[in-house]
Amino acid sequence: MARVVVDVTLKPEILDPQGRAVQGALGRLGLQGVTDVRQGKQFVIDLDGELDDARLALLEELAGTLLSNPVIENYTLTVQELA
Amino acid sequence: MTARVGVVTFPGSLDDGDAARAVRLAGAEAVSLWHGDADLKSVDAVVLPGGFSYGDYLRCGSIASFAPVMSVLIDAAHGGLPVLGICNGFQVLCESHLLPGALTRNDSLHFICRDQTLRIESVDTAWTNLYAPGQEIVVPLKNGEGGFVADERTLDQLEAEGRVVARYVGVNPNGSRRDIAGISNERGNVVGLMPHPEHAVEELTGPTTDGLLFFSSVINALVTSGSVNA
Repeated sequence: MARVVVDVTLKPEILDPQGRAVQGALGRLGLQGVTDVRQGKQFVIDLDGELDDARLALLEELAGTLLSNPVIENYTLTVQELA
Repeated sequence: MTARVGVVTFPGSLDDGDAARAVRLAGAEAVSLWHGDADLKSVDAVVLPGGFSYGDYLRCGSIASFAPVMSVLIDAAHGGLPVLGICNGFQVLCESHLLPGALTRNDSLHFICRDQTLRIESVDTAWTNLYAPGQEIVVPLKNGEGGFVADERTLDQLEAEGRVVARYVGVNPNGSRRDIAGISNERGNVVGLMPHPEHAVEELTGPTTDGLLFFSSVINALVTSGSVNA
């Protein structure tokens, strides 16, 4: 068993109107000093069996094609071995 | 032989009916194409219609870009098949990398639905050749994620190569870089447009009939190239 976590965030130069709206709400709810909020996505992918190199390579590829759009987004991929 | 223009239906497509109607009003035969079939039915051109394919899950147009019909459409488009992506169809074309850039959430965060003035800036495409250069048209616009973005180098390249097909006039409704409403690929056979020409083809239902020339243009391009007879 393995768990792969893929975090996807908008590139810094891409306007994030959702993050900006959240930033406004945080301020209205009393949190002072918020300088920026960026909203992203997290994919938690559980896999059967050993995570071999071939599957990890395919996951890397899919993280950069299906799960994120390299034009506007960055991703990080983290492997967590499950007991 | 009449031109045959395919209209793809994805789960969640909304405007396939109107797109097919626009094709017929322009004088071509509309052919329904199904997302799950890797078969273009020998059509002469394809429209990817607006809507919310796959519920806009993940990113607008991203899951649709991996549909079986797209696998054959991408190859055909590289071979010169005229393809028009409207709204969600534009998003699918960007996600498929047939067009550069991406469509992001409107800067206002609001879904926008209005009659929009556009300026046609490139008439060297399969879908705009019957417009006059610089012609202003009014067609409906309705989108939540219509902000066109690309890096500065790509934007400069699009401008330099005359690939900005249409620009918003008066107001930029969604934060699109450089007021861009539509672009084409290098060859001009693939065009993506955020507003909806297929909703402006009849006086009864549209604000104008300005959109019809997109569909007449592709028939003209096909006749001119000898793909179909006049």
